[in-house]
Amino acid sequence: MTAVEETPAEEGERPIGYGRLLRKEDPRLIRGMGNFVDDIQLPGMLHLAILRSPVAHARIANIDTSAAQAHPKVVAVITGADLAEQGLAWMPTLSNDVQSVLATDKVRFQHQEVAFVVAEDRYSARDALELIDVEYDMLPVISDVRSALDADAPVIRDDLEGKADNHIFDWETGDEASTNEVFERADVVVSEEIIYPRVHPAPMETCACVAQVERVSGQLTLWSTTQAPHAHRTVYALVAGLPEHKIRIIAPDIGGGFGGKVPIYPGYVCAIVASLVIGKPVKWTEDRTENLVSTGFARDYIMKGEIAATSDGKILAVRTNVLADHGAFNGVASPIKYPAGFFGVFTGSYDLEAAHCKMTAVYTNKAPGGVAYACSFRITEAVYLIERIVDCLAFELDMDPAELRLKNFIKPEQFPYETKTGWVYDSGDYEPAMRKAMDMAGYAQLREEQAEKRERGELMGIGISFFTEAVGAGPRKDMDILGLGMADGCELRVHPTGKAIVRLSVKTQGQGHETTFAQIVAEELGIPPEDIDVIHGDTDNTPFGLGTYGSRSTPVSGAAAALVARKVRDKAQIIASGMLEASVADLEWVKGSFHVAGDPSKSVTIQDIAMRAHGAGDLPDGIEGGLEAQICYNPTNLTYPFGAYICVVDIDPATAEVKVRRFIAVDDCGTQINPMIIEGQVHGGLADGVGMALMEMIAFDEDGNCLSASLMDYLIPTSLECPDWETGHTVTPSPHHPIGAKGIGESATVGSPPAVVNAVVDALKPFGIRHADMPLTPSRVWETMQGNHTAPI
Amino acid sequence: MQVNIVINGQEVTEEIEPRMLLVHFIRDQAGLTGTHWGCDTSNCGTCVVLIDGEPVKSCTTLAAMTSGHQVTTVEGMEVDGVLDPVQEGFMQCHGLQCGFCTPGMMLTARALLDQNPDPSEHEIREAISGQICRCTGYSSIVRSIRWAAENGTPVSLEGASS
Repeated sequence: MTAVEETPAEEGERPIGYGRLLRKEDPRLIRGMGNFVDDIQLPGMLHLAILRSPVAHARIANIDTSAAQAHPKVVAVITGADLAEQGLAWMPTLSNDVQSVLATDKVRFQHQEVAFVVAEDRYSARDALELIDVEYDMLPVISDVRSALDADAPVIRDDLEGKADNHIFDWETGDEASTNEVFERADVVVSEEIIYPRVHPAPMETCACVAQVERVSGQLTLWSTTQAPHAHRTVYALVAGLPEHKIRIIAPDIGGGFGGKVPIYPGYVCAIVASLVIGKPVKWTEDRTENLVSTGFARDYIMKGEIAATSDGKILAVRTNVLADHGAFNGVASPIKYPAGFFGVFTGSYDLEAAHCKMTAVYTNKAPGGVAYACSFRITEAVYLIERIVDCLAFELDMDPAELRLKNFIKPEQFPYETKTGWVYDSGDYEPAMRKAMDMAGYAQLREEQAEKRERGELMGIGISFFTEAVGAGPRKDMDILGLGMADGCELRVHPTGKAIVRLSVKTQGQGHETTFAQIVAEELGIPPEDIDVIHGDTDNTPFGLGTYGSRSTPVSGAAAALVARKVRDKAQIIASGMLEASVADLEWVKGSFHVAGDPSKSVTIQDIAMRAHGAGDLPDGIEGGLEAQICYNPTNLTYPFGAYICVVDIDPATAEVKVRRFIAVDDCGTQINPMIIEGQVHGGLADGVGMALMEMIAFDEDGNCLSASLMDYLIPTSLECPDWETGHTVTPSPHHPIGAKGIGESATVGSPPAVVNAVVDALKPFGIRHADMPLTPSRVWETMQGNHTAPI
Repeated sequence: MQVNIVINGQEVTEEIEPRMLLVHFIRDQAGLTGTHWGCDTSNCGTCVVLIDGEPVKSCTTLAAMTSGHQVTTVEGMEVDGVLDPVQEGFMQCHGLQCGFCTPGMMLTARALLDQNPDPSEHEIREAISGQICRCTGYSSIVRSIRWAAENGTPVSLEGASS
């Protein structure tokens, strides 16, 4: 393969050097030679399986494990009571709540972890689960989030001292008084209850780990499906009381994460405990049902949205009241001062006079989580709210939704722009992106076609979404997770022959870090990318940092990689000055070498300098040998990627089936590193959006039974539900990122659901429909056409 | 019970429990971890292998049912150091990101191209519609398979591996 071949960029991409480089990850993955956690086999390795609760809320009256213990291939059976003796029955969540590792007092959601079995093989471990007898005393269930705060609601979290209700937090942003004042004088006010149902990232690889505790040294090595190996190491040190220098977390190849592999799940802790107790390596691999019913869900917001405008379509203010379902434990993975994540950017891409949000979060008898599925810390919900309510306003004003958006965009000269909820958008130029998407779509022709089709009774819809994201968490003075500042380290070592290794604190789950980070360093240092290897996903061999989620790898670690390369280059310049017998100030850098100003013939390459740095000759005074550097990058602000999306759907009037005919996505993620990878990130997110808008939902019945416990019930788009995506871009660099990059990993997942829903609702306009909630399955669309639209939760 | 399965041209004979799934046989007995497991319910297709040239979901196939048959996994696609054009296509067209669904996708593509060397976009989408990719949104997978159709000489895996 020619991974190093420089492919010319397409016009307008303006990437940094090397552009559409083929990926360094691919040669092993296309040969089946990746190394995923379940691929790991260690001598004497045992297998762990977890017994889960069949009911959503019940007191545990008794657990009888004797039959399971007697199974010939079973090595251990552990219950919550066993863990409690070691003080390990509960663990902290990433939101300063606690979550049980194995239930001791009662179970609080269906499929909660109750006991585990360790056996010689994976089949025997599963067999033995059937032999454990648990008696449950049933308790009333809170399945409907709207009843969680009723006076007679059962208290789910009676484990918390003094807890007498299911309330978690109230949160508020913006200014209520000024927002109300604007609403009172507005010509038009539109209100709508907008629901973002519970969904699940469902990566193709479920969660898994192999724990190995060395008896003598006490060293724990954990191969784990984690997006944040360093943060996990610290949490394990806090949970299990293991000294942190004796913990090594290895995240090998990861089969997709999408946020679902940020939290620490009980299964990981169980495997560590098992290896600690038994003294052998222990593997835990969850099955698909366990993945869907117990690991990090996403969304579950009921949002009452209101928008105020003048009669000619100037948007004045937005306000919202949100009820957030966090499940049985508050396991949200957000910066700790942001309990609602970055939902505060619900003001969108518009220049408003006022905005206000009030939110209440509650416990219910459902799986914990809340931030996953490529949501950029709740920006999916925020973008869905604003982009849906703007379309409701367009409906009421009988105005074209594109025209309404164009009229209200923040203008380029207003950047940096501080929103009414206090977010400082770094850079943006919205209208060209919107116009470009409209040109690509042939927007005017589409509207003409739609008008003709409506005459014939055909249902065609055109949906628009314009989003602004806030990614790259974040400035450490504001953002931390469990006290760990959201900065990221990077280490760069240039070997004597000029080959280099760069070590990252972030971890790819498919985003291509091994390629793009080599490109960043190559661009800064002039070493070709094939001579640069990227090391990541191993806490013993990489610098500390908070990991890959919230689209933060490029904005934070990408900045670190650029700056560490510049630091190495600065040292190289001093060494070059000695080699060229010229002053440092007289040297000029041309990618890959220094030469004396005015005399290009007197030059040394970075490779020459690397050899000199490690060689026998003298170095300039005060300069140590070697050519390497390390930094820890603390971003000064978030970055704010944006994009304009247009979706075209056709609805079969007889079956109410929605077909996505076209999807046009224009993204602006600032400076591009590898346009091929950017396009891939966008494509994947668009498929997510189609899935969430049309088919995906984690549903529960009134007893708290999860109705979406397999991929037969939790539908994910296939190749037949997805169109051939049409992508484009504009480039508006971030002013504070060293190379101007903004991050792209979640843009499409954030931006696409409202485009699809807006298209479906637009198609249903002849029925007088202004709003319909996801997932817009044929039955829900049919009911909407009949005037029987019901809320999904 | 004893089973005897030819995997990528190599005979694998093992004593197994009758209930053992083919995916576990391939991964745990034969040690070929390129075949992945994803859902248990035949929905995701990350476990697809070829049995006598036909794509089959190995998570819902008993190893015992495959005894005496030829199985091709992703490890059998590269022959004598030469990549299958499908593998090359996936690299060239960014047909993979995390790489977890990739082996199954590529084997389905190989079976499709063996039957139909010049498939249309829709025929490709039909062929891979029993498999899920969470990363790529499928367009680049479709392009990868078209790349293989346009740039590759069809390779008979069975012939090459025997």
